[in-house]
Amino acid sequence: MSDAQPLVRVEGLTKHFPIIKGLMFSRLAGAVKAVDGVSFTIGRGETLGFVGESGCGKTTTGRMLIRLIEPTAGKVMFDGQDVLSLQGEALRRVRRRMQIIFQDPFGSLNPRMTVQEIIAEPLVIHGESDTAGRAQRVRELLDVVGLASYAAGRYPHEFSGGQRQRIGIARALALRPQLMICDEPVSALDVSIRAQVINLLQDLQRDFALTFLFISHDLGVVKHIADRVAVMYLGKIVEIADKRTLYARPGHPYTQALLSAIPVPKPGRRRQRTVLKGDVPSPIDPPSGCRFHTRCPHVMDICRRVEPALQADASGQHVACHLVHPPAQPST
Amino acid sequence: MTAAVDAPGLPAVAKTGLFKRWPILRRLLRHKAFVIGAVLFGFILLVALFADWIAPIDPNRISIRNRFKPPDLTHWLGTDNLGRSQLSRVAYGARLSLAIGFAVVVLNAVFGVILGAAAGYFRRLDNILMRITDALMAFPAVLLAIGIAAALGPSSMTAAIALSAVYIPRTARIVRASVLVVREMEFVQAAIAMGASHLRILGKHVLPNCLAPLIVQLTFIFAYAVLSEAVLSFLGLGAAPPTPTWGNIIAEGRQYIREAAWITVIPGMALAATVLGLNLLGDGLRDVLDPRLKISQA
Repeated sequence: MSDAQPLVRVEGLTKHFPIIKGLMFSRLAGAVKAVDGVSFTIGRGETLGFVGESGCGKTTTGRMLIRLIEPTAGKVMFDGQDVLSLQGEALRRVRRRMQIIFQDPFGSLNPRMTVQEIIAEPLVIHGESDTAGRAQRVRELLDVVGLASYAAGRYPHEFSGGQRQRIGIARALALRPQLMICDEPVSALDVSIRAQVINLLQDLQRDFALTFLFISHDLGVVKHIADRVAVMYLGKIVEIADKRTLYARPGHPYTQALLSAIPVPKPGRRRQRTVLKGDVPSPIDPPSGCRFHTRCPHVMDICRRVEPALQADASGQHVACHLVHPPAQPST
Repeated sequence: MTAAVDAPGLPAVAKTGLFKRWPILRRLLRHKAFVIGAVLFGFILLVALFADWIAPIDPNRISIRNRFKPPDLTHWLGTDNLGRSQLSRVAYGARLSLAIGFAVVVLNAVFGVILGAAAGYFRRLDNILMRITDALMAFPAVLLAIGIAAALGPSSMTAAIALSAVYIPRTARIVRASVLVVREMEFVQAAIAMGASHLRILGKHVLPNCLAPLIVQLTFIFAYAVLSEAVLSFLGLGAAPPTPTWGNIIAEGRQYIREAAWITVIPGMALAATVLGLNLLGDGLRDVLDPRLKISQA
């Protein structure tokens, strides 16, 4: 976890999806501020967990890193290279070093291709080896993800969800990437299969020195796999900290509420729960000041006016909250 | 989303290579309407293909002595006002009708896919392409075909071009709609993340998954094209009169409909059988290929 030279450095990443109204004379009616000025780093070999509710911008952030979604503003540095300025061949070269695993194991594999074709496709695109060499590599990859080699001749519909997810992982591994964006890779799987896939991912990380951006809404899974955790709310990171710190003493009231919602496998034990009231406000017109102030149990006057900055304390825990980091002088 | 391919609970059919390669085939053969349609259309197709063999008499050989003969053992389908063999004329007419229908289908498949894929995949082109198709679709199909055929001069070639021009916008719309759905799927996103080219994404990932609605659409277009071609040649805008087309035969025979109804009724029945067969075929394909309609095991 050396912060000396992180693999990924993201600064002020922003995505506003425009809302266009009118058929003939279309005009901009506003924008969904899906991600609004997000900054973080991921160290080499590290797993950064990204948690938050549906619609908070986790997936958009992940897809912007590999430019499946073009950001509105911000900067993504991958191994010292500015990813957002790349075009054509240079973009292709950097893309092979970062791959993505998707949430939906049914939608992420082309139903008209055999497993062999699916896993070999990245190799074909990047012109790696000949047909025989690729077949050999596909067998190796299938073995790595724990599937038998006869799977190569079959079609995706012949496999279960967990097996399909393994095929997706094999495809992502084919180019030996450094960064793997895991976009809710286990959310669509049964609990029993979930553990297998998580363990597979951890083994792969160890064996291939992978760096993970692990996006999930499941705090339990993130606690298991991540080194550091970032908590997102309504397009912003409200807290980033070391996993142990974050789970032991969450700084932001939103993180506290999320953690208190994790079920505890001890029947009868009473817990202190922070139950949030109301819904997530619309990202088209987010609340002024701190975006969480409409639902925060500790809301103060200043929260409605001044947006808290993400500030670190001595232990490296970054929190964006006026409670944790009281403003030095009241700004007007 | 995935096409559930194996129908569970049905008696096992021997898993031959054909069924394993196209599991859809087995479900099609269980679909009654599809089978009836396939038999009807297959019959017309065979007649068209083997017209020389089925009807050895030249369809244009005039025999005044044999005018207005009703169907009997020597003239199976009777003769017309000039004593020409109806069997020959209808069989050769089938050949021309199906050839034009097939040409329209091929042109539709090529240009419909190009335009639809361009509009659906490259969103910049979408607005302009779709407004052009809207303009073409605003005209009633047959009227537009008559207009184009009249402008280009009557021949079977212009009939095929006119009918293609009428139906290509419809095909393009269908292809565009499927492309819009498929391009957002995650395997397409995965291909982009791998660095695949647009051509590869379209050819390998998007279009193969848009085939089902296209095939269904093309069978219906085949039916419409055969019908509309008959309309055009009935109006004298298809192949010139001595050439036997179903439309021409009906047009020539309509003066004698009271005395010799078979002259018009027989090509009419052939036309009806073709269109009905193709429609049943298309319905069957749609039921089996479209996973949203679960009425396939009728």
